[in-house]
Order: sequence, then C-alpha cells, then structure tokens
Amino acid sequence: MEEMVNVYIMGKKYTVPANLTIMKAMEYAGYQLIRGCGCRSGFCGACATIYRVKGDRELKVCLACQTKVENEMYIAMLPFFPLVKQVYDINKIKPDEQIMMQLYPEIYSCIGCNSCTKSCTQGLNVMRYIAYAQRGEYEKCAEESFDCVMCGVCSARCPAGISHPQVALLARRLAGKYLIPQFQQLAKRVKEIKEGKFEESMKELMKKSTDELRELYNKREIEI
Amino acid sequence: MYPVEMLDSMKKVETTRKERIGFEPKRMTEEEKKNLLMQYHPDFNDKGFTELKVGPNKGDKVPIELAELLQANSRIKDVDIDLTKIGYDVDVLIIGGGGAGASAAIEAQENGANVMIVTKLRMGDANTMMAEGGIQAADKENDSPMIHYLDALGGGHFANKPELLYKLVTEGPDAIKWLEDLGVMFDKAPDGTMITTHGGGTSRKRLHAARDYTGAEIMRVLRDEVINRNIPIIDFTAAIELILDDGGKAAGAVLMNMETGEFLVARAKTVIIATGGAGRLHYQGFPTSNHYGATADGLIFGYRAGAKLIYPDTLQYHPTGAAFPEQIYGALVTEKVRSLGAMLVNVDGEAFVHPLETRDVVSAAIIRECKARGKGIKTSEGHCVWLDTPMIEILNGEGTIEKRIPAMLRMFMKYDIDIRKVPILVYPTLHYQNGGLEINSDCLTGVDNLYVAGEASGGVHGRNRLMGNSLLDVIVFGRIAGRNAAEKSKNVKIGKLTLEHVKKFAKEMEQAGISSDMVSPKLLPSYARKS
Ligand SMILES: Cc1cc2nc3c(=O)[nH]c(=O)nc-3n(C[C@H](O)[C@H](O)[C@H](O)COP(=O)(O)OP(=O)(O)OC[C@H]3O[C@@H](n4cnc5c(N)ncnc54)[C@H](O)[C@@H]3O)c2cc1C
Ligand code: FES
Repeated sequence: MEEMVNVYIMGKKYTVPANLTIMKAMEYAGYQLIRGCGCRSGFCGACATIYRVKGDRELKVCLACQTKVENEMYIAMLPFFPLVKQVYDINKIKPDEQIMMQLYPEIYSCIGCNSCTKSCTQGLNVMRYIAYAQRGEYEKCAEESFDCVMCGVCSARCPAGISHPQVALLARRLAGKYLIPQFQQLAKRVKEIKEGKFEESMKELMKKSTDELRELYNKREIEI
Repeated sequence: MYPVEMLDSMKKVETTRKERIGFEPKRMTEEEKKNLLMQYHPDFNDKGFTELKVGPNKGDKVPIELAELLQANSRIKDVDIDLTKIGYDVDVLIIGGGGAGASAAIEAQENGANVMIVTKLRMGDANTMMAEGGIQAADKENDSPMIHYLDALGGGHFANKPELLYKLVTEGPDAIKWLEDLGVMFDKAPDGTMITTHGGGTSRKRLHAARDYTGAEIMRVLRDEVINRNIPIIDFTAAIELILDDGGKAAGAVLMNMETGEFLVARAKTVIIATGGAGRLHYQGFPTSNHYGATADGLIFGYRAGAKLIYPDTLQYHPTGAAFPEQIYGALVTEKVRSLGAMLVNVDGEAFVHPLETRDVVSAAIIRECKARGKGIKTSEGHCVWLDTPMIEILNGEGTIEKRIPAMLRMFMKYDIDIRKVPILVYPTLHYQNGGLEINSDCLTGVDNLYVAGEASGGVHGRNRLMGNSLLDVIVFGRIAGRNAAEKSKNVKIGKLTLEHVKKFAKEMEQAGISSDMVSPKLLPSYARKS
C-alpha cells in the first residue's frame, strides 16, 4: 500500500500519496492547473506556494513543483504577484548609483528584517544582494542573485514594498552589458563574418556531396 | 538518499571510479552507431508511428499521438466565430512567448512593425526558460562556421537543410553578440573570454553558458527587453486556429482565453508561429523534460492551414532525464554534467558508452544497457543507469559543481542527494522535436505571410539536433522571422478573413474515413486524476 497523507488545498481536505510534489498532489486531487504551473522543474517561478503545517506557527513558502507534500499541510498557491517593473532603455542608462535611485528608490527603505532571505525559494541571500544594489555594486548583486527564478515570494513578504527580482534583473543586465568585459574575440568574429571572410570556404563546403561531407565529418579533428 | 537495494550497485560505481578517471571510453564507428540506433532508438520503433491520412504530409510517418491531434476536430468546429469582430489588429502577430517569440518581437519592432505576442501561459513559461547547458556559436579562434556546419550536419545525419544550417552557423556569433549587448551574463574569464565547453557531437568547445541557467538568463533578459519596449503581451491566451484571407494568405488567428474560454479574433498582416515543442504529448509513454505547454499546438493549426511538416518522425530523447527520486522523474539533467566529465556507468560500475557521443546514440546505448543487457538499476518506474557526478570535482577541482551546475546541485539536494559525493540515476526523457513546420531561410512556410521560428520549425537540425544548437536556433531564426515578417507586413493588403480551410480540412478527414472524438490543439496535458 502506498503511504498517504492529508493535505488541505485552499483549506479543503484531500488524501494524497506521500511521495508527490505539491503540484502533483493538486493534480491528484483533481485540479487541472492553468495558472501556477510553467516549467514543472524549478526554473520559471510560476508555482510559488505558501503553506503551513498544522501545529506549526511558521508560514512557509516554496515552489510547488519542487516540494514534497507533508501530512497536515495547508496549501495556497500564489500564482501571480504584482511586482513593480520599471521600464528603461538599456542602451541609455548607465551603471551608476543614480540609476537604482531613479528606478527603484524603495530599496533604500529596506529595514533589514531579512524576511526576503528567509523566504527565498532558491535559498539565495536576497537581503545581501539588495544591499549590493543600494551601494551600486552591481556585479556583486548580479553574482549573488543569479539563480533567482523571479517567483516573487520575497516581494510578497517585504514590508518596504521592494520588487527584489526586478532590482536584481536590472543589476544583472547592467553588469552583463557594461561592467563585465566584453568578449573581444566575439566582436572580431562577427566582423570577420560580415566582411565575408568565410564566404568562400562555406560555399566550397556546401558544394560537396554527402559522401564527401561524411568523410570530412568522420575524420574531423576533435579538440581535447 | 538511495534505498539499500541501490547502494550495492553504487558501491561498485565508487570502486571503479579511480580506474575510470583519465580513461576515455572508445567512440563508436559509424556502423556501430547505425546498428545501435536501428535496434534501440525509439524513432525506429515502428509501433510508435502511424501514417497521416490527410493534409500536406499525407502518407508520411508521424508519432501516433501527434497523428491523433493533427487529425482531430478543431476547437471551433461547431462554433460560429464572427470574423468581422476584430479584437486585436496588428502588423505582426507572434504566437508563443518563448525565446523565438521574444526575439522575433524585438526585431519586428526594431524594423518598424506594430507587433503583439499572444502566449498560452505567462511570457517565458517556455522550454527556453529551462535550457540549462548552453548555446553554441563558432566564435573562438580555433573554430569557424565551417566546423560548426560540419558538426551539426553529422549530428543531424546529413539531413539538415543546407540553407538553414548556413544561416544558423554564420549568424550564430552575431546572435551571441546581440545577447551580450542586451546584458546577458555569460560565464566568462576575468578578461571577458567566454568559458566554453564541449557538447555531445561538437568538435570544438563552443558551448557558451550562464551557469546551468543559460536559458533562464536569456529568457528573462529577452522578456525584460520586450516589456521595456512596450510590446503588448497577451498572456494566458492561446491561438487555436490560424485565420487566412480570401487570397489564402495568413491573416491572423482565433485566440482563446485560457481561463474564461472566451474566443477572440486577432487580425494581422503577417503571423509568426513560435509555439515550441511537443514533449507533453509523451510519445511512446516517455517522461519529458519540457514545460507544461509543450503540446505541438503550432504544428496542428499550421498544418490545417496548409503548412508542411518536415521530419515529424524524429524526436530527441535526452539521454539523462532524472530517473530517481520519482518526484523529479523525467526532469532534465543537463548534458553539461557529461561535458564536465561525468561518465555513464551500469549496475556493475562499468562505463558502457562514450559520454559525449550524440544524444540519440547515448540514449540508445542506455536503453540497450537496460533492456537488452540487463545491466540497469531497478526503480519504481523501470530501469536506469548511473551518471557518475563525483568525477566532475575530481577532474575539475572542488567547487566546480556549485559554480557551474548549481541548479542540478539544488534539484537533487532537495532529496538529500549530494551530487558532489554520490552519483545520480538517469534514463532517457522526451526532450526535443527535431522536425516541425518546414521553412525556407526567410522563415517563411509554404503559406504566404506565415512564418515559423524556433522549435516549432524543422529542417535546420536535420534528424537530430546537437546540444546548444536549439537556443541558437531560437535566437537566430526568431530574429530572422521578426525582421522578415515586419518587412513583409509593410506591403500587405489583407483580404476578407476566412476560416474555410478549417472546414475544408474537416471535410478531407471525413472523406478519408476518419472520425475523432478528440479536439486539438491540445493546449495543456491532462494530468488531473479522474475519479
Ligand atoms: C529542460 C530543457 C533543457 C534544454 N537545454 C537546452 C540547452 O542547453 N541548449 C539548447 O540549445 N537547447 C536546450 N533546450 C531546447 C531549447 O530550450 C528549446 O528548444 C527552445 O528554447 C525552444 O524555444 P521556442 O521559443 O521555440 O519555444 P518555447 O521556448 O517552448 O516557447 C514556446 C511558447 O509558446 C507558447 N505556446 C505554445 N502553444 C501556444 C498556443 N497555442 N498559443 C499561444 N502560445 C503558445 C508556450 O507556452 C511557450 O511559452 C532545452 C529544452 C528543455 C526543455
Ligand atoms: S513550475 Fe516552474 S518553477 Fe515550478
């Protein structure tokens, strides 16, 4: 016999196999999901969920596709959270301190409660990356926030109304575009291609018969 | 952690690990590969396929599950859609909010078009978001478009459409540059040099990555850019049929609100299908690595409108889907794990295949190990093999796993499996649709004003795609489709809108003696348990 547990989906009780994820438990209970389900693999952040296990005072958060059910678990999905997303032109802004001040000034109202970090479904140090953003240390903010799936749980718990995932995304784009050195060889290659450096060789290669191509393929040298 | 039954076998893996370090399993000859594929690759399992009875590919072999949908009833069969009531009116309509759709939208707008994206779930809930391993492009000094071309051609069994592959490899570096300029953070050395690795079937280290969140990093930047440009995104809205005009040209789509079921008409001068793959159709009962909305919708309504399919019978089974614990059954274990040195090992601790053969070969080898040689490890879902992850840090130094594949570490850690210390269990998972709607190098189908880009299209990868060439495909061809659809839209006069082709297709089905109790496109898989 399969081990079963009781869970309460939006307060209603269902008995489900103990080894299911919350997402699969909802489907087992008969839900056809539309919202709250994207990648089913922990990458898209669509399935933010809050839960409390009976008898436990703490309200916990998780990704429903990545978390196993527990007995006496009360589950509510948070399929949409209105994050604040400011609009900007990446080619016009600069990676200086002003830009955060201008677009996301609320980060300076952080009271250091650390609720964001405690709630992060990816286990990131959210408060620390916000601190980096405050100081204009965008590369550090980018590094620290990199694995964010933008589920929005941190923002739902923030008393200062910060949209952490959007702040981090801005920091990463600034870092990626302006602060981390560009790959010189890439620009060079793009230019070579535009100037037609490979045109002749490409044409020659494409003219070959399948047998010749097969021969070339099977004999090609493989970088170690 | 693993149950006791598995621990014995794991011990054997640990015992043989030392000898396996520094030893490279033999690569197979062409003949050996061919025989292996014929015997064990699911594409060669005749039971999984059937012939289409109607439409542009009549007589061609496709997976049974796809045939059922291609030859099912339209969702608007008995509905009267008022085509004079236009809900949205744009130059370029983009169906699908993944990497191809987003790239197309940005470029179409850049080229002066008024564009709109409709997408079934949220923008970015897509296969693109999930790509872990990386994106290819021949930008290193020891590499060239020619070498990239040859790698992709050999991997694709020489069936790639040359004009498409030419575009992929020659516009590849520019695609990476475009992403870098948008602020995508690739893995780089301190001086800016991209850190690149091998993928299965590559002869140069040309796989660029952003940890093992490559697709997520690209997708969230593209989505951000789409929003910054005020491009309208209509989410939780699926396209369910194309609309043509009386000249037979694509002129929009019938949309359905996923939550309310309301139908809406979108009129457009040109249409781009960017609806992605089909993993959620679970061909031959395989688990899948794909996102929730990967149900081949674009193939269905594109086909009904007269667009042709190419290589619909070639699917990619990723060799390393998670096989244990069952909560993550089918979820992807990125190929980068093998790029970084982890070997595939059987129940007795023996390496049985070179870990970087092409995916079809590695998958077939795993299936052979489990089904024919009885050397798999038993789980509740069947058999599987070990992927020896601790080798990675022995070969590349401590900390490599956390730095380079943090998502994998995190995924297994949730089940108390520390991949730095213990190997993991894997089995092939349905991963990618190699074929799709046929396009030319402008991304145009045989239907006027109908473009396709990304996984929904076919031809560029031949009969088997190499890792990292699909992300590149969605960027390169998404951009091409966006540019061309925008350019074309400037000279389009839309005629009278019609859905006659849908009726005509139904009639052909009737004449072919097909009656179906299914409706399509499928939109979402049905996982809700029915009591
Ligand atoms: C787990 C995983 C890992 C991968 N790793 C790699 C990798 O490392 N490197 C690589 O190159 N490739 C990889 N791939 C493949 C690659 O990610 C995809 O092939 C590619 O991103 C597809 O992009 P797309 O834009 O064509 O489709 P998608 O990104 O899937 O986007 C399609 C969008 O269309 C929407 N849609 C579908 N039907 C409709 C409809 N009827 N109406 C409206 N919208 C609709 C979908 O919901 C989705 O948002 C991976 C794929 C997966 C699943
Ligand atoms: S569904 Fe994407 S993170 Fe859970």
